[in-house]
Amino acid sequence: MEVSVHNLTKTFGTLRANDNISLRFAGGQIHGILGENGAGKSTLMKLLSGFLRPDGGEILFEAKPVALGDPGAALRAGVGMVHQEPLDVPGFSALENLLCAAPRWALPSRIEARNTLTVLAGRLGFSVAPDDPISALTVGQRQQLEIIRLLACGARALILDEPTTGISAAQARSLFVALRRLASEGNTVIFVSHKLDEVAELCHTVSVLRAGQVVGEGQMGVPQPQDRLLKMMFGGGDHTPAPRETPRRGGSPAVPSAWRLEGITAREGNLVLAGLDLDIPAGSVVGLAGLEGSGQQILLRLLCGQIRPSAGRLRMAGADMAGASPAIFRTCGVEYLPADRLVEGVVGPLTLAEHFALLQPGGMIIKRHAAEDAARAAIAGYDIRAVPDSPILSLSGGNQQRAMLAMIPENTRALVCEQPTRGLDVASARAIWGRLLARRDAGCTVVFATADLDEILDYSDYVLVFFAGRVSRLLPCAELRVPRLAELIGGVGFEAADGRAKANPQ
Amino acid sequence: MTSSDQATPVRPDHRSPRSARRPPLLVGTLALGGALLFTSLVLISSGVPPLAAYKLIFLGAFSTPTRISDMVMLASPLLLCSCGLTLTFAAGLYNLGIEGQMILGAVAAMIPLRLLPGLPPPLLWALALAAGAAGGALWALLVAGLRVGLRVNEIFAGLGLNFLASGVSLYLVLGPWRRIGQASSSGTEPLPSAIWLPTLNNLRVAPAAPVIALVALALIWVAVTRTRWGLELRAVGLNPQAAGRMGIPAARRLAESLAACGALAGIAGAIQVIAVFHQLIPSISSGIGLLALLVVLLVRANPAWVLPIAAAFAVFTVGSVQMSVSLGADSSIAGVLQGALVLFALLARGFSARR
Repeated sequence: MEVSVHNLTKTFGTLRANDNISLRFAGGQIHGILGENGAGKSTLMKLLSGFLRPDGGEILFEAKPVALGDPGAALRAGVGMVHQEPLDVPGFSALENLLCAAPRWALPSRIEARNTLTVLAGRLGFSVAPDDPISALTVGQRQQLEIIRLLACGARALILDEPTTGISAAQARSLFVALRRLASEGNTVIFVSHKLDEVAELCHTVSVLRAGQVVGEGQMGVPQPQDRLLKMMFGGGDHTPAPRETPRRGGSPAVPSAWRLEGITAREGNLVLAGLDLDIPAGSVVGLAGLEGSGQQILLRLLCGQIRPSAGRLRMAGADMAGASPAIFRTCGVEYLPADRLVEGVVGPLTLAEHFALLQPGGMIIKRHAAEDAARAAIAGYDIRAVPDSPILSLSGGNQQRAMLAMIPENTRALVCEQPTRGLDVASARAIWGRLLARRDAGCTVVFATADLDEILDYSDYVLVFFAGRVSRLLPCAELRVPRLAELIGGVGFEAADGRAKANPQ
Repeated sequence: MTSSDQATPVRPDHRSPRSARRPPLLVGTLALGGALLFTSLVLISSGVPPLAAYKLIFLGAFSTPTRISDMVMLASPLLLCSCGLTLTFAAGLYNLGIEGQMILGAVAAMIPLRLLPGLPPPLLWALALAAGAAGGALWALLVAGLRVGLRVNEIFAGLGLNFLASGVSLYLVLGPWRRIGQASSSGTEPLPSAIWLPTLNNLRVAPAAPVIALVALALIWVAVTRTRWGLELRAVGLNPQAAGRMGIPAARRLAESLAACGALAGIAGAIQVIAVFHQLIPSISSGIGLLALLVVLLVRANPAWVLPIAAAFAVFTVGSVQMSVSLGADSSIAGVLQGALVLFALLARGFSARR
């Protein structure tokens, strides 16, 4: 079935998530869609599968314009979407999921559903049995079940959003076999990914999105040169590092390490970091680069004790941190700045002064005046637009972030920041970095993750690149440029930089 | 700085930490108006003249010295329970187990009263109150253990333990502590009048009870508004994740607030025994814990309003007792008014929050 979009536009507030997109996905082929985080891939897929409604332009199935009110309408018209995290009911069996998620006309009886499931699973080489409980299935198997469900409901075009994230290599192979088979039977497969090698292996055509628009000439045949695709995904590569006020550190091997990881294995959700050996030098800024969900989160949370490794040893300044709680990490001088300020960072309805009162060491009765003085000092020192009585909730994002930074004690030895400038304008972001670099110069180690390549290159002393749970060695930032970093993030030439591929990672 | 970086400092309403930017006066007026309208409709539909009914509800409690003393003896345990619930509410918990905590407090208070009736009465009362506090706190710590240790929602844990507490007191009334010669579910053998909490003249009011309740209120007010512990409690209640990040032992604060609430409810239960019923009866809590929940739903974690609201609720309840005699209507109309007040207050808050 041919799926095409014409001048499709979707805006969220001032953001044009999809900006005048025109593409045509022919039947019987597998179409890759590439793009970095926030490029608009997911929005396009949600528009095609009826989760969102377009603000402009049209969607055509078999050259006929359609108005998709909801995912059910899209599925009736023949388009189904497989989400990264399959949407199913954990307490049900595979068969029950199939039954409850399919319209009555598709699977009229339990026996019929059981047959359909078994037949489709056999035909596609999937390993899902009708009576398996969902809770016992892997993500890969749940994805297979979702594909079976969509096909049983009559889907002739399948959209897969990052389907190989979190599934085993064997499952990915069998998925590819099944997708090729589906395409050869005349179905359309749209494969959203940021892994260049998978797109090169599987797809017939590829399109690249950036900032909500189609880059280049639109749909291109595969193969395409990798550097060309990377350039399209991440932009020109003409980035010049911002002028620095302070000399870049690093390069001197004599610096003691702030954290030392020895054979660390840790997992979060279905992503695993395995056998990680790493020395993070004290007094430097280490940027964690990679597409969202490539493992940066796991390392950040490991470093401040929020998740514990299942194997290996984590040392801080020589001390073994096995089994230490986040509180112990804090007493060792590690502070964590979460990306979701109002979720994990601050207590929104409490005022600035009340936050400083919470930070007062000991004492039964609140020293109100001391807390207000501390708040006033922070307001002056960190240029926060507020009064001590302002609830944190009422501050702007930049002010919230500066307030959070101001609450971090002066003697902190290490800062773990998750997207320190998320949602901030350029001036605010620069101000935050001024503070962070000042802390670095005072001897504090700063580890941060961000999706912004320029931010990584501008402020890091070292860069760690994450790709699908694999971690590069510590790369001195001075040796990196945007094109090379983009390659690594896309997994190109990752072996050469892989921490484990080298016998001596230094 | 760019224009997007402008803060709009808002003066927080110190009296009400949870509703920082809502006009409490408007909410109060809307709630009162809505509740009166609704209650009037109920009254008219059952053929009761609303004005006469309201006169009883609002003023009936002050009609005779006996009524006033009844009102005070209802307000005292109500105030104690509301104080306790203020703490759990600040910590973001709905302690529906307060009824059970009150019952267990009453049961625990019975132990020294039965075992050591020969002690000097003041010492015995102190022991009974302390035992009541301990019993209530322990029962509340069961809720805390289930909540923190096993992630059982405190609402379900509390409700379950309420049934268990009722069972325990009924068992004691019918079994080991039954009246000599007969087992009656109406209560245990009454305590010797020498160890009743002394009352004024021949009224039922025991001055010690309201004094204890007011002292507890003062303590809670200081704890919530002035101490670091209270601030930490509020931080945990508003955002446990962020509180944990700032080094506050969130689970411990939750358990402490429940234990403190249980202790206050237990004292209320002990007062029911030594000052009101002078025996253990199966319904020793008389629904006071649930009424306190309504009080706290109205005042939220704001101790300053606990006294007026709890007193008003006691006035309504006692005043409406005369309804059946003088107007032929059921006294439960006080419950209608109280419930409607809470309902309309929640509605009004919801509306003003959305705007």
